[in-house]
Amino acid sequence: MNARVRYIARRLLHAVHIVLAIVLLNFLLLHLAPGDAATVLAGEAGSATPEYMAQLRARFGLDQPLAVQLWRYARNILALDLGHSFRHDQPVFTLIMGRLWPTLLLMTTTLVASVTTGSLLGLLAATGRHRWRDTIISIFALVSYATPLFWLGLMLIVLFSIQLGWLPTSGMESIGAFNTGWWRALDIGRHLILPAGALSLFYMALYTRLMRASLLEQAGMDYVVTARAKGLSERRIVWAHTLRNALVPVVTMAGLQTGGLLGGSVIVETVFGWPGLGLLAFQSLFARDLNLLLGIFFLSACTVVVVNLAVDIVYTLLDPRIEVA
Amino acid sequence: MVAFSRRYGRNRAAVVGLGILAAVIVLAAAAPWISPGSPFRLAGKPLSPPFGQFLFGTDTLGRDVAAGIAHGARTSLLIGLVATAMAVTAGTVLGGMAGFYGGAVDDLLMRVTEFFQTIPAFLFAIVLVAVLGSSLASTVLAIAVVSWPAVARLVRGEFLAMRRREFVQACIGLGMRDARIIFRHILPNCLAPIIVLASLMVATAILIESGLSFLGLSDPNVMSWGFQVGAGRGVLRVAWWLCAIPGVAILLTVLAINLVGEGLNDALNPRLRQG
Repeated sequence: MNARVRYIARRLLHAVHIVLAIVLLNFLLLHLAPGDAATVLAGEAGSATPEYMAQLRARFGLDQPLAVQLWRYARNILALDLGHSFRHDQPVFTLIMGRLWPTLLLMTTTLVASVTTGSLLGLLAATGRHRWRDTIISIFALVSYATPLFWLGLMLIVLFSIQLGWLPTSGMESIGAFNTGWWRALDIGRHLILPAGALSLFYMALYTRLMRASLLEQAGMDYVVTARAKGLSERRIVWAHTLRNALVPVVTMAGLQTGGLLGGSVIVETVFGWPGLGLLAFQSLFARDLNLLLGIFFLSACTVVVVNLAVDIVYTLLDPRIEVA
Repeated sequence: MVAFSRRYGRNRAAVVGLGILAAVIVLAAAAPWISPGSPFRLAGKPLSPPFGQFLFGTDTLGRDVAAGIAHGARTSLLIGLVATAMAVTAGTVLGGMAGFYGGAVDDLLMRVTEFFQTIPAFLFAIVLVAVLGSSLASTVLAIAVVSWPAVARLVRGEFLAMRRREFVQACIGLGMRDARIIFRHILPNCLAPIIVLASLMVATAILIESGLSFLGLSDPNVMSWGFQVGAGRGVLRVAWWLCAIPGVAILLTVLAINLVGEGLNDALNPRLRQG
């Protein structure tokens, strides 16, 4: 138990280091942008008054040496004061929090859908090795690796929304429907199918290949030979023995992919008008609201750090060997 | 070389991939002759359907889609190759130093690459281009910045393993300079996995580039496939092919490069083939 606490404490310290590095990176990006950092902080919208600009310069100490500026910047950003967005006339932090849950919904759905179907397809491919179903699944994985996400999304819209008319083209809820309770959930669910489906496809291919490779690797292990020697059926060997062990790298990968999923959600949300963080990032690009974009980047990176930390901690509970490492 | 091409040829898919890639390269090279002048110029009536006067029709502003595809091939390949070259160079130098010298250098590099693996790569690329401004150079730089850590980790691992081998110890014993050991003796032995990774990175770079230009972050004076899809998005309902055609071009190119990468992997690591 003591070792576990020490391990978690070490991971926690590590996470703090990474968050500090992200703050430093954000600060550097802010200074890389053309012009004075105050113009960036004010959102380049040109709507900031000279008084506000002066106030910004004073608050962030832009007339001070760089080290002092960094110190003040870090203090502000760690207190979650990410500045003000003139385009939206709201504090950046409030804006981001308002857009957080649609993105989380999209990401969770994608994660669950892609891990389950991906593992299942990987299982099908590995058990039917060198047969037609393995070939088809491998070709499918290869093609989805090469498919641009935005294009896939648009083609899904063409097929399912425009040609067939089964699903809505964009948004998260039907406008003006004012559904409540279960009807609202159902409506959101209908809007969720296409974006989550598009985002899932790439990751599904990833987990399919990983699961297939991982199952085949496990199939060569000594314990499988033992199981076979004591007369277990192939089906039972897979379901009771190899599958569990083969799932470990898949779960690890799922944790590592959080960052990628956030990047993919910028594209998917833009294509489907899903009102989450990704769409907000796209809108901030258009409005040249760099400070908002940097705020989204900062909080997204922090989310990934938190998820990785959670995965690490869950692992110590699942696999006692990790404690010692 | 003969043995290499025979091993490569054994992978049928890789041969097909090479064929498609060759076609894309020819298209990119011949773009100025196939469709002279700027691909942005007005070529005909807006929104003419494909397979009429224009092979792939025209877009909302009357630009020839086929001309855009040809010129876009140049952009995609150029950005993919240059960004990968930058990432591979930086990754090899840094990873090689970390693997060879170990100690504090290695610690620092591992920290940095771990940091890069944590932050959302595509979002970081978006932020970089937004900060640096939309141009070919900033797109290339952004892609290189998000992709070098993978190379560094690979090269570091290879160097770490090589460092303990006898021939390297012999070189050190002979009093050879570090640079000579690294570039003449260790690096050539690590080239196979680096080449395979680099080929896959070109494919990823093209996908990232198309994503950035779809979002409107590409150089406004350079035609690219992602830009074409983005430009056709508004008329998806009446002219879906404007989005479909450039997307197919991206898909085929990326698929071809991935297949070539797998073929190279089989050909360069014959021992792994048994698996």
